[in-house]
Amino acid sequence: MGTRTPPPFERFLDEHGPTVMRFLVVAVGPEHADDAYQETFLSALRAYPRVRDDGRLDRWILRIASRTAIDHHRARARRPEPRATVPDRPVAAPEPPDAALLAAVAALPPKQRAAVALRHLLDRPYPEIAEILGCSEEAARANVRAGLATLRERV
Amino acid sequence: MVTAADARVRARIADELVRAAADRDDLIDVAVGTVGSPIGELFVAMTSKGLACVGFDDQDRAALEDRFAEDLSPRVVASARATDDVRRQLDEYFGGARRRFEVGIDHRLMSPFVRKVMAQTAKVPFGEVSTYGAVAKGIHHPEAARAVGAALGQNPIPIVLPCHRIIGASGNLTGYAGGLHRKDFLLRLEGDPMLFPG
Repeated sequence: MGTRTPPPFERFLDEHGPTVMRFLVVAVGPEHADDAYQETFLSALRAYPRVRDDGRLDRWILRIASRTAIDHHRARARRPEPRATVPDRPVAAPEPPDAALLAAVAALPPKQRAAVALRHLLDRPYPEIAEILGCSEEAARANVRAGLATLRERV
Repeated sequence: MVTAADARVRARIADELVRAAADRDDLIDVAVGTVGSPIGELFVAMTSKGLACVGFDDQDRAALEDRFAEDLSPRVVASARATDDVRRQLDEYFGGARRRFEVGIDHRLMSPFVRKVMAQTAKVPFGEVSTYGAVAKGIHHPEAARAVGAALGQNPIPIVLPCHRIIGASGNLTGYAGGLHRKDFLLRLEGDPMLFPG
């Protein structure tokens, strides 16, 4: 199984967009998900001419999305809440049925938040989560465990 | 927490933000778009060098895009802006308001021989026709009429590079990669109504 040119970007976007969006809605929150989505796919597009398709592009894009999510929190931690102008989009913010859970997830440290989303929203196995987050499998488990413990306490 | 269906709808809307930003940041190598025409929706692909491809609606679009990714760049992204000019020119052509296309050509999807054949073909003006044999003679391979026919069949930029203007010596339309009904339509569109009655 060799490595090949990646698929045309439009197809890549079509294929992975929904998963990335689902991850980001939890990892950065519904109000910042569209910005993070755009940033994620623009980073991917910048690197795209050098990318080889080794059958793991799904993990590659989630890795970029995870970094975007974690950087997003770091950047926000440094400055006070800049109330970004979020354009009104009809389907952008469906009523979350579990607002309490979302709020508790939002309070998690960014890496735990990403790890919990990958494990329990996207059902990724630990070896993949480790690859996506760029850490050991043990660290991936620890992040999920710690995140879940906090969630249980708060919800 | 967020259903797959909700995420899908939201992703499809955000895709437009991605495309707009990609265009703004000059990250699109192959801009694709479509334009309606009397012979079916046309698919166009523009690069920084010019027009690389015009496709018909019954062609396998995924296969075309695979070819762009392989031979041009995988940064294939829909852009109304980047394809606007050529879509407008095609519109004008089908509306009878344009006889020649003013657009740069990206030759990278053509073999050297196809390229040579297309350069010769491009000399045949709107409203006129030539033959496979004449094109073969024009490129100094008078024996290669068949090869010329095969090369015309591989033209990645039909309509704009007018392979439809090349017909058999007997006057038969002979063949067209987009189907003879399209060749017939294009020649009638361009032709003297006396020569192409009905």
